[in-house]
Amino acid sequence: MLVEWQLHLYSSETYSYAPMSRAAVLGLEDGSAWWGEAFGDSTTASGEVVFNTAMTGYQEVCSDASYNGQVVVMTYPLIGNYGVFDRAAESRVPWIEALVVRELNATCREGTGELDTYLRTHGIPGISGVDTRALVRRLRSRGTIRGALVQVPPHLAHDPEAAAEAVAKARTATPLQSRPLVAESTGPVRQYGSGPKIALLDTGVKENQIRCLTERGAQVRVFPATAGARDVLSWAPDGIVVSNGPGDPAAIPQIAQSVKTMLDASLQRGATRPLPILGICLGHQLIGRAIGASTSRLPFGHHGSNHPVQDTRSGRVAVTSQNHEFQVDEASIPESSGFVVSARNLNDGSVEGLRHRTLPIRTYQYHPEGAPGPRDNEPAFDDFLRDVRDAVARR
Amino acid sequence: MKVLIIGSGPILIGQAAEFDYAGTQACRALREEGIETVLVNSNPATIMTDPGVADVTYIEPLTVEVLERVIERERPDGLLATLGGQTGLNLAVALAEAGILERYGVRMLGTPLRAIQQAEDREAFKQLLIEIGEPVPESTTAHSVEEALAFARRTGYPLVVRPAYTLGGTGGGFAKDDEELRTVSARGIAASPIGQVLIERSLVGWKELEYEVMRDAGDTCITICNMENIDPMGVHTGDSIVVAPSQTLTDKEYQQLRSAALRIIRALGIEGGCNVQFALHPDRAPSADPDAKVPYYVIEVNPRVSRSSALASKATGYPIARVAAKIAIGKRLHEIPNAVTKRTTAAFEPALDYVVVKIPRWPFDKFHGADRRLGTQMKATGEVMAIDRTFEAAFLKALRSLEVKGQGLLWESPAWDQVRDPEAFVERYLAPVATDDRLWRVFAALRRGATVDAIHARTHMDRWFLRKLAFVVRFAAEELQGKTPTPALLRRAKRLGYADSDIATLMGILTADVRGLRAQWGIRPVYKMVDTCAAEFEAVTPYFYSTYEQENEALPLDGPKAIVLGSGPIRIGQGIEFDCCCVQSTLALRDQGVASIMVNSNPETVSTDFDSSARLYFEPLDEESVASIIENEGGGLRVLTQFGGQTALNLADRIEALGGIVAGTSADAIGLAEDRRRFHEFATALGIPQPPGGTADSLGEALTIAQEIGYPVLVRPSYVLGGRGMEIAYGPEDLERYFGHALDAGTGRVLVDKYLRGREVEVDAVSDGTDTLVAGVMEHIERAGVHSGDSFAVYPAANLLPEERDEIVHLTQRIAQALPVRGLLNIQFIVEQGDRVGGSASRVFCLEVNPRASRTVPFLTKVTGVPLVRLATAISLGSTLRAEGFAPGLWPTRGLVALKAPVFSMAKLLDVDTYLGPEMKSTGEVMGIDHSFAPALWKSLVAAGLAPAPSGSVLVTVADKDKDEVSRIIEGLHWLGYDIVATRGTAALCRSLGVPVREIPKLADGDDAIIRLIRSGTCAAVVNTPTLGKDVDRDGFLIRRAAVEARVPCLTSLDTALAVVTALRASAVSYSVAPLSEYRAAEAVAAAE
Repeated sequence: MLVEWQLHLYSSETYSYAPMSRAAVLGLEDGSAWWGEAFGDSTTASGEVVFNTAMTGYQEVCSDASYNGQVVVMTYPLIGNYGVFDRAAESRVPWIEALVVRELNATCREGTGELDTYLRTHGIPGISGVDTRALVRRLRSRGTIRGALVQVPPHLAHDPEAAAEAVAKARTATPLQSRPLVAESTGPVRQYGSGPKIALLDTGVKENQIRCLTERGAQVRVFPATAGARDVLSWAPDGIVVSNGPGDPAAIPQIAQSVKTMLDASLQRGATRPLPILGICLGHQLIGRAIGASTSRLPFGHHGSNHPVQDTRSGRVAVTSQNHEFQVDEASIPESSGFVVSARNLNDGSVEGLRHRTLPIRTYQYHPEGAPGPRDNEPAFDDFLRDVRDAVARR
Repeated sequence: MKVLIIGSGPILIGQAAEFDYAGTQACRALREEGIETVLVNSNPATIMTDPGVADVTYIEPLTVEVLERVIERERPDGLLATLGGQTGLNLAVALAEAGILERYGVRMLGTPLRAIQQAEDREAFKQLLIEIGEPVPESTTAHSVEEALAFARRTGYPLVVRPAYTLGGTGGGFAKDDEELRTVSARGIAASPIGQVLIERSLVGWKELEYEVMRDAGDTCITICNMENIDPMGVHTGDSIVVAPSQTLTDKEYQQLRSAALRIIRALGIEGGCNVQFALHPDRAPSADPDAKVPYYVIEVNPRVSRSSALASKATGYPIARVAAKIAIGKRLHEIPNAVTKRTTAAFEPALDYVVVKIPRWPFDKFHGADRRLGTQMKATGEVMAIDRTFEAAFLKALRSLEVKGQGLLWESPAWDQVRDPEAFVERYLAPVATDDRLWRVFAALRRGATVDAIHARTHMDRWFLRKLAFVVRFAAEELQGKTPTPALLRRAKRLGYADSDIATLMGILTADVRGLRAQWGIRPVYKMVDTCAAEFEAVTPYFYSTYEQENEALPLDGPKAIVLGSGPIRIGQGIEFDCCCVQSTLALRDQGVASIMVNSNPETVSTDFDSSARLYFEPLDEESVASIIENEGGGLRVLTQFGGQTALNLADRIEALGGIVAGTSADAIGLAEDRRRFHEFATALGIPQPPGGTADSLGEALTIAQEIGYPVLVRPSYVLGGRGMEIAYGPEDLERYFGHALDAGTGRVLVDKYLRGREVEVDAVSDGTDTLVAGVMEHIERAGVHSGDSFAVYPAANLLPEERDEIVHLTQRIAQALPVRGLLNIQFIVEQGDRVGGSASRVFCLEVNPRASRTVPFLTKVTGVPLVRLATAISLGSTLRAEGFAPGLWPTRGLVALKAPVFSMAKLLDVDTYLGPEMKSTGEVMGIDHSFAPALWKSLVAAGLAPAPSGSVLVTVADKDKDEVSRIIEGLHWLGYDIVATRGTAALCRSLGVPVREIPKLADGDDAIIRLIRSGTCAAVVNTPTLGKDVDRDGFLIRRAAVEARVPCLTSLDTALAVVTALRASAVSYSVAPLSEYRAAEAVAAAE
């Protein structure tokens, strides 16, 4: 296949080329190899290759634990423009396996760090100069496939052996299902804010979920994903949030079991002593499985800030931020569960939310906290906390 | 259901072709829904007024009176007000406020009237924003320095001070502390006739961002696109270089403004499209705001489809106008299919995987004396857009698209040459106030080694952009300048976007060498699709841009195909008419079963709608991109060059070398007609009379020729566009001055022709080289010497004798055969009328032959119904006139008279003299059509904004040479009941005619009574002719400018003035309001002559 000579990074101080220090090749399991210039860390990396269509928010993407195990291709060609800064980190570290961009840019903003440095600090490699559009078209038609990034000295750029090595590594990369992704991503117990007590099960939580809750006057206690349902319930929360996270919900039966226990507790308490539950992304999928629905893989996932989701009752369409590979299968939702589909994706009709007919249990496949992406859906947190306050008031 | 759509009228600065695009999309979108559409527009040079776009088309003046008559006749159920620019919106509001909509039961579709009124009324809008918590710049009015200081104490600095009721904002300024405010406000209060200043927080230097948002009646709101102005606050967004999407905003900032835009569109209750402009604090460190709330202000909201939404449409592929039209009739966004993907719906936000750069095109190459400073008044006539995968490449491609002769990346003004020191250059040439050439000044500063920070301090352009530009300069200097090309280097340069011609210049080789090396090394562009979704979904849009990457998505089209070259950015002399012709040609190709491939760089147009052609390449119109496109399509392609104005025609002689085939009139025949010397020999051999004259390569030669043929003479460069560099010389001193400064406008050679004072006549014809059909003969109201584009043209020519007309048709046929022409042909003639009594016959001289679409083709097509472009397209592909079912000769006239009237944008361009001359100045045109001359003329005047108020005074002040001729005009005005006001000489003339007159002192006498009269609101019109030659005519200039700025019709040609008097006499007579088809169906009245 045609190989492309790359543009080198240039320094923001001198506006000039620096010689390429490392070349990189992204090999895919379909045998294709994509050459570019390496940035970030000098390690090799592998994982599922997915693409994200958000035009801003690369740092939020990199630091979203849901990407644990994935090599992320940004479709917007210029990445790094405004640098990196603490407030845009959605987690303590970036989680992506590697970053693939058309052009890495130096930051133009005062008081920010370089994306390059950020990734290098956290041991994450990147590749720039790739025809990312061609790559995305391939991913779109082949579905999600595995890839591996291999780095070589500049004089070995376009070396077929290196390309073959990358492809071989891609083919042997550990599949998502076989990696303890959630266990890797979850953090220690933490507590923030004051107000009604919200227990948040951290299966790879994005910080903005916590911020959206505390901003609205809630006390949030973050429980590691490994925490048992008993740990959570014994804290006597006024509401429970099951967060987003990486990987296949079917691959984490233990966590699914504790979510089911929490859900059962809420169902048992019923309308008289309600225990509101909010599920986001992986949390939505886990609750879906807990009510007996099945989950399955989407052809190439939903990753971006522009996904239209239609509310099944009002018909109104919301533009949402999304990042998931798996979906709750609508046909498998038991009629007896008491749950209905509250929203669907306008593009492919997939389930975007569940709602219990009578109890304050709501789930969202998309990210109401945005980051990156629209803030239009933050009312989901208002709804949840209203339920929580109602429940508290009823006691 | 029947819907009335109001168009935007003539092309003006600030209201251009984008509304043809919007109106055309709206008509098509509504017809798809089975809705009957009624369109009213005064501009014939539009696709929207073409047959088949709307169900019923009126080409009538856009006034409340006319629209009421249309409504009365058509009884529409609804009115679509938000797609015809500010003109359409204002008219809709006026119709509603006059109770007309209610009277006829017409519903305002889409955005409700209340929302429009609220958005348009500055105070009400400000109040609304404050209610929903959106920040607006603090402002106040002050009558004293103390009031000003009190305001400053509340809001802080910097502030901007503008005196109330002064034109051009003279006497205002900025204040950054109490001391400055004291000075500036005192000066402003003194300058204001009412002693008042407007004080506002100054946001100069803040980032300027725009969001295009849509909302449906179900309250679904989406953002189509955001855009960042590279020129920050202080320069009108229409005059700013703009990039999409924003490049320097964090996601938090992007979302903060996006949310604000959606709150505003919801609060206003808009149903359709809306544009929101913001100013964002430029220097906030993202980490410094723990709550990620950066200070911003809402600057402006347009509750309608706008220029920015046209840009956003082309930048994203999302058809905003089409969707807005569907929303207006009650559709929800999710019910509207996405025409791009065919699978998803209109309810989504486009994701771009490329960078878009827009650069405005200013008219200062035509207006040498104009004030070139950019500010809050838009001055650009058009714009170009370019798409690529990096900012540098998109930017450099946009520069190539501008088509300003010789003004590429490497251009520098000779004046800058002496200043080599970077600091001195920045200090001297990067004024805090922007000029149209600021971009080149920035390049020049960088070339001299100025730092990004130094340039940022002067221009406030974000460092991100400046660093990119610095890199472009640096790479050129260090890697390309004087280097030998290698495959790696050439590939890098092309990936960065340098034009072949720039690389050639830098490396000291020929452009053809660069192209040759690229071919040899396989460095060629690929084409990627604009698909609204960053490749997430499969898409079917045939909309492509070039880039130097790996995968080519534009595989050659199968079957017969042809390229139509577009006309690039709208400029004076090359307007929307050519886009109209290009689109007609693509439709004709489709009808012939030939796939049309459109190449254009103008985002405002219908031609760059992805459904106008079988395939759209959004690319510069230069050799490099045309060559690459021909190669990408497999070579040997037919290329239609006759519809895209001079832009396309200039490429004609290169097409073969680029691997294509010129379809239609050969490059040689075009060259023959364009090269005046060759044409002169050709015409002489054919025995076609031409004005006596010759070509001169030096002043000496010119003086000799002028001596021989006698003054006055018409001088012009041998290749002309829109009369650039054309002047009338009344004596040797004029000739000397002309050679002194105008030679650089042409190719070096100058034509000197006898200036004939006959009737100027123009024909548009189509020929297959054997048979020629003359669609019509038009006569200009203004005598020769006024550029044809600025003249009123009458169809059919009213004052020609049958033998004169026959001679014109005969000459046209002979020229068409001899050249030979295969396609369109426009010829300008001068008829020197004979003296029947004296027995001398009339003489017809051929002035100019243009073997291409002319600016009058759309007008004549509309009026006669002869499908000129369709025929020319068919003939270009090998058909004949007869095979297409048309007979040669002159197309018969019908019972109608039509006038094409020019429209000017002079109010927007300070310091430009408005008198009519050989240089074209108008930006647009309107049509007045009726069953007889007088009402047609009256309607054209009304539509052009040249109709004087029915009563009041008329200021007449003419040059001595015109005193004889002005008598009829003065008498006519008096008869009409106007009070005549005149300066000394003209007043004496009035008295000698027995016409009462009020004498007014000349400006030169130190009294500005004239200016006060013009601004008084009682002045109905000004008749003012410039003094001979082009010497300093300061009085006249000030009078004409005052009239333009006070919006008083100013007539600088006595021919126009006489026509106005004629029309006024007839204006009491009623005019018709009828669909175009009805005029055309009218039986021809007894011979017009």
